[in-house]
Amino acid sequence: MSAIGAGLAVWPFIDSMNPSADVLATGVKEVNLDNIKKGSSITVKWRGKPIFIKHRTDEEIKEAQEVNINQLKDPQKDQDRVVHPEWLVIIGICTHLGCIPSGQKNTDTKGDFNGWFCPCHGSHYDSSGRIRKGPAPKNLQVPKYTFINKNKIRIG
Amino acid sequence: MVKKFKNKTLAWLDYRLPVFSVLHEALVTHPTPRNLNYWWNFGSLAGITLLIMIVSGLVLSMHYVPHVDHAFDSVEHIMRDVNYGWLIRYIHSVGASMFFLIVYIHIARGLYYGSYKSPREVLWGLGIIIFMLMIATSFLGYTLPWGQMSFWGATVITNIFTAIPLIGDNIITWIWGGYSIDNPTLNRFYSLHFLIPFLIVGVVFFHIVALHKFGSNNPVGIDLTNKKEKIPFHPYYTIKDLFGFGIFFTIFSLFIFFAPNVLGHPDNYIPADPLVTPSHIVPEWYFLPFYAMLRAVPDKLLGVIVMLSSLFILFIIPWLDTCKIRSSKFRPFYKQFYWIFIFNFFILMWVGSKVPEGYFLIISRISTIYYFAHFLIVMPLLGKFEKTLPVPNNIFVISQKK
Repeated sequence: MSAIGAGLAVWPFIDSMNPSADVLATGVKEVNLDNIKKGSSITVKWRGKPIFIKHRTDEEIKEAQEVNINQLKDPQKDQDRVVHPEWLVIIGICTHLGCIPSGQKNTDTKGDFNGWFCPCHGSHYDSSGRIRKGPAPKNLQVPKYTFINKNKIRIG
Repeated sequence: MVKKFKNKTLAWLDYRLPVFSVLHEALVTHPTPRNLNYWWNFGSLAGITLLIMIVSGLVLSMHYVPHVDHAFDSVEHIMRDVNYGWLIRYIHSVGASMFFLIVYIHIARGLYYGSYKSPREVLWGLGIIIFMLMIATSFLGYTLPWGQMSFWGATVITNIFTAIPLIGDNIITWIWGGYSIDNPTLNRFYSLHFLIPFLIVGVVFFHIVALHKFGSNNPVGIDLTNKKEKIPFHPYYTIKDLFGFGIFFTIFSLFIFFAPNVLGHPDNYIPADPLVTPSHIVPEWYFLPFYAMLRAVPDKLLGVIVMLSSLFILFIIPWLDTCKIRSSKFRPFYKQFYWIFIFNFFILMWVGSKVPEGYFLIISRISTIYYFAHFLIVMPLLGKFEKTLPVPNNIFVISQKK
């Protein structure tokens, strides 16, 4: 009994290290997509993480859709990763050890699959943010988001 | 008990609180092998470095601000405005490197002379615990200046926990106190960085208690039964340790005054930016061998397991090494494998600083395999098949031959 009591008493101390109420409160963000030209992308900060929003060109969409998903490390159709194929919204954090992949600017290294390349340990992502080569185990994560109207999204 | 203290007050106090006799036993009369060489200086050197780190860290903590908006500036404030702040900070940052250098040599000495063998397994294990606590402390401390390497080093290392299946994401949120490395993370890292050195002091105490139970091992590696083989710690080893301090402080000072940043990374003088990852993240030199092993494995979870195993395997060395003879002096084959192992460790250190592609990746894989093979294959097998040299039954035989 006393062991259980002592165990329960430890919980407040452990839980105090979890995100506090004010950290939890910063969960939602709205982004206007008007100024993002085709073929370019922007980075916004959400919950302290970079969110990549990419306005994809037709070739990029085609490229992403035509991949045989059986060859992928983390098989996922491009359609399942987007709401509108034109817009790719992903969390810009490498699923290996948390670095930020390069490829947001047109002058950046985009890796072997025309998407993103993580400089830390060499993971290559394609134009759908899927892992194609390197140590990362998963595709770049897609956050929860909805289109408020044609040119505005709400993340979180 | 024999009266040790002439001073009456001291004798009165010691009769009621015998710390003075304990200290007297440990630092003055403690019978110590008379044949210890200079490799035995590194224990006391590690002790003095721990003390220097705690004192310099304490003073730094009076000026440092653990907040994401102020941490970087407060470190620059220490460097530019605080009286002797530059000196104290350089003592602390160079001191961390020196501490690891000393402890690596201390561990290597233990490996060469078989100091981990019965009855000193617990002494060895406590040492490995100290080493692991040091790794934790230096990692936490490196994040505090909140430069680019601080931030991204912390990101990469904390992300290791996401490799844990199922609960990995919850654990990392708990560690961070948020959804990314931010102010709550910096605060708790500071708090822990302050705490752990005192835990190290505690384990060092046990390390010394265990050491004094059977006394130091020695270069010949035999149990000393003859009283003449031992000499009192003071003045023989106090003076030798102090001489070692002198040499060490000279080298330490050379770094502090002439090359304080040579062991660090210039990117850490750029304030942390959560949206820009430096093109090449490297840890401090003393982590490179383990970082190399992490990256040698193509699978994330396995990579983490391999890296952790490379540390935890050190605990079971006393049982992996099946040879009864302690010192490598009498083990002609093991001696060669020992130096290959040391060389291999340097290879890992070198390859850990390179981008893991092409040849570097192949080298890091071979070296990682060799690191484990030394413990898991060479140690158990050599103990059974090696033809060892005759071991003398006292240390004088050796010294007379020379």
